[in-house]
Amino acid sequence: MLAGGQGLVLTALGGRLYYLSIVQGEKYKLRAEKNRVALRLIAPERGEIFDRKRRKLATNRPDFRVFMIPEQAEEIAATLEKIGRVVRLDERRIARLERQIKRQRKFVPITVAQGLDWRTFAKVNVAVPDLPGVVTDAGLSRFYPDGEQIAHLIGYLASPGEAEVAANPLYQLPGFKVGRQGLERRYEDRLRGAAGTRRVEVNAVGREIRELPPRQEAMPGSDLQLTLDAELQKFVMQQLGEEAAGAVVMNAKTGEILSLASAPTFDPNEFTRGISQENWNALLKDPRKPLINKAVSGQYPPGSTVKPIIALAALEQGIVTEQTEHYCNGQHRFGNRTFRCWKRGGHGKLDLKGAISNSCDVYFYQIAEELDIEHMAEMLRRFGLGQNYDLGIDGEKAGLVPDRAWKRAAFNQPWHGGETLNVSIGQGALLATPLQLALMTARLASGNHMEPSLVSEDLETDAPDTAFSKMEVNPLHMRIVRRGMEMVMEAGGTAHDYRRSKNAPKQAGKTGTAQVRRISEAEHQEGVRDNDELPWASRDHALFIGYAPVEDPQVAVSILVQHGGGGSSTAAPLARAIMDKALDLMTPPLPEEGEA
Amino acid sequence: MGNARMFGPRRNEKSPLQRLLGLNWTIVLINCMIAGVGFAMLYSVAGGHWDPWASRQSMRFIGALILMLTIAIIDIRYWMAFAYPAWAIGIALLLAVEVVGATGMGGQRWLDIGFMRLQPSEVMKIAVVMALARYFHGRNYDQSRSLRSLLVPAVLMLLPVILVYRQPDLGTAIMIIAGGVAILFLAGLPAWIFVAAGVAVAAAIPVAWQFLRDYQKDRVLTFLNPEADPLGAGYQITQSKIALGSGGMTGKGFLEGTQSQLNFLPEMKTDFIFTVLAEEFGLIGASITLVLYGLVLGYAMLMGLGCRNQFGRLMAGGLSVTLFLYVMINVAMVMGLMPVVGVPLPMISYGGSAMLTWMIAYGLILSVATHRHVTLAPKGSGLA
Repeated sequence: MLAGGQGLVLTALGGRLYYLSIVQGEKYKLRAEKNRVALRLIAPERGEIFDRKRRKLATNRPDFRVFMIPEQAEEIAATLEKIGRVVRLDERRIARLERQIKRQRKFVPITVAQGLDWRTFAKVNVAVPDLPGVVTDAGLSRFYPDGEQIAHLIGYLASPGEAEVAANPLYQLPGFKVGRQGLERRYEDRLRGAAGTRRVEVNAVGREIRELPPRQEAMPGSDLQLTLDAELQKFVMQQLGEEAAGAVVMNAKTGEILSLASAPTFDPNEFTRGISQENWNALLKDPRKPLINKAVSGQYPPGSTVKPIIALAALEQGIVTEQTEHYCNGQHRFGNRTFRCWKRGGHGKLDLKGAISNSCDVYFYQIAEELDIEHMAEMLRRFGLGQNYDLGIDGEKAGLVPDRAWKRAAFNQPWHGGETLNVSIGQGALLATPLQLALMTARLASGNHMEPSLVSEDLETDAPDTAFSKMEVNPLHMRIVRRGMEMVMEAGGTAHDYRRSKNAPKQAGKTGTAQVRRISEAEHQEGVRDNDELPWASRDHALFIGYAPVEDPQVAVSILVQHGGGGSSTAAPLARAIMDKALDLMTPPLPEEGEA
Repeated sequence: MGNARMFGPRRNEKSPLQRLLGLNWTIVLINCMIAGVGFAMLYSVAGGHWDPWASRQSMRFIGALILMLTIAIIDIRYWMAFAYPAWAIGIALLLAVEVVGATGMGGQRWLDIGFMRLQPSEVMKIAVVMALARYFHGRNYDQSRSLRSLLVPAVLMLLPVILVYRQPDLGTAIMIIAGGVAILFLAGLPAWIFVAAGVAVAAAIPVAWQFLRDYQKDRVLTFLNPEADPLGAGYQITQSKIALGSGGMTGKGFLEGTQSQLNFLPEMKTDFIFTVLAEEFGLIGASITLVLYGLVLGYAMLMGLGCRNQFGRLMAGGLSVTLFLYVMINVAMVMGLMPVVGVPLPMISYGGSAMLTWMIAYGLILSVATHRHVTLAPKGSGLA
């Protein structure tokens, strides 16, 4: 009986074996194959970013890196300690890695070390077979050769977020990074390329035993060419120096952005590597706000730089002619309020061009008495204010062109005539970004209704003027205003440079000084305090717009120095130098461009 | 031979050499074949290398084979005389483990005696069967049926079971109980006792659950639903089933098992070696191995039934059941029919203890076979 029982049980076991291997054999064969064969992705090489002259702005360079996949590591602390013996890992770094490991899901690879030299990397590789979960990689890391110059445009790369990692297998490749800011993010799809695949036989801990053909190579990402001129960009950044400032240089005919600068700046390479807490805090605490791109995110009262457009609106509405004269005694009564000219004693009698070149406030108050805010706002918008251009840079702001509808919507109040007076000198609620001011200048200089662009689709630049529609403004009126702007740079103008050589290309421009504090009546009586006496944050913003050469405008520039003081003293000299440099770089026809 | 017959006290007495030659060499050979399967699988698990496992296992086997043959030709009366002392030694060793034993694999099981690690629980598997066989020897059918006569067997069985369970080694404890129950059955205990015991065990399960260690509970829960946590506790059994199933009819070929060669299988050289076998040699290879075990154990059962003395009959039957359970628990475990209790496949799994237990037990079975025509005095050692 016992023998029979044993026989029966043995038969039952045989039956179970039959069930597993024959009845369900196919299912288990598949699962065994799934165990054995892993589809591994091959990271595509990210496209490079060039300036207009094919200089590298963002590139990839070989980088020896060490990763750890916590899920596969046996003893995390011991593993880190062992790696630390070869690679230099101080205690703080280890503590930081451990925190990171705790925070993330266990299949997310973490970068233990990068930027290793070949000797160290070779040593790590010798140790790796004894360290499960540790992966070395001689991959490519993003590098920005002149990172600080273009930090605000280019953005940076960072490891994808945890949720993204779970969703996209490509993100699970150790060291894979995605565009986190700026152009790197905007053109992520284009720059990334397509992952390749290879089939590998893996063992239980995921170590590759051998590769099983066929292999599908990765498709590298496409390159991106910018309209930017790296040399000019560098020059502009040098000019801005340590100021909190933004500047935009544009091809006056096409709207191509040759330089878009914001200072102070930071090194995007630091972000790609993973910025230290101290440096990050320093960036956040700096009152000059290095992380903000002042050229597109900074919205400032444009001050007198909009006066040419106000003058144009008045000409178009027939409120003034070239010859209309007004008398400036330094102040202007409107209702029961006194509006003052920046020049305490007044300018005396001025015509329209004189009002522009001397930046007389009273003349524009006179215009504002008759010119409706709606016409003013419409002209400002026509020249590019109050809207976004979606360049692919983060934080682009639209600025603000106030009118009756805005006042009603924002405050549920009617428009006051006094506000029109404020807008006429670029104050009040009016806000613009340096990008908008550069575009405004370019449209005024060329008469072309172009849009700003930062990415050129191909090497062909400098499209003929005819490619753009003309501004719907009487060309005669524009010529008058432009003449006024030329006079700004001449003797008697607000930005006259006596030292400037007669042979240098003639420039036109307009200064602006935007008040950021309210000046009380008492202060007006005692004498307005000088900017030098004020704390930095209360000083005026210095602005300047300009174009050159006046005969055939090639470049347009806008510059804003936060709390820089006067437009003529601070901003104008910088703009002059920038315009000269830009013309310098543009004038000799480039061989590449000639052949293309 | 002639002289022995003339001068010896017993007419059917044979010399040791005669007894050696008189062994069933076919069965010895089948045992060697099972061990040979083990060497081959250990060679495969090592990635096609004789070292480190197959070489050492084969050396052990040679030693164990000599031991088995020696045991087989020793007179069964010595073994009967040795039954109670063996049990006592086993208990002493278990107590020693309790005090000084080395802890390994989550339980206190080993006793380091210099040249090898001794697992007293293995010794006990055999000793309990011997002691019970000794106890029921000479008791007639009616004597065995009295309840009072169950007291001693109960102590003989339960004391070692408690000690083994405390180590903790649930698998061995179950095997000791099962071996003992088999002897009680062969001794002719009334059927209602087994039924009552079965009911009692079923009733005790909820209570016993409370006393199980956490890892033991995990094993049972994992067994009940291995797919619930395929990367955690259920990993072993899931991977084992994949390996078994993917072997198909003829297997993936020697050294070609992907589950084993790529380390997806856990504990390959010990508990899950049958899985490696089934993956590489398929249903056919695994079935042949099971048939080899069946032949060896069936022979043991036959020898027991054909034995003319009660001690030999009970011992062969009990040992056969113990060995059978050894094989059965392991195979059922790797097929996902039982919780993973950490029982190796004797003779094939890497490790000396299980092989030694098997070979000693089989030596005793062969001794029973050799002396199956010997009648023994109802009481005493028969050597007096």
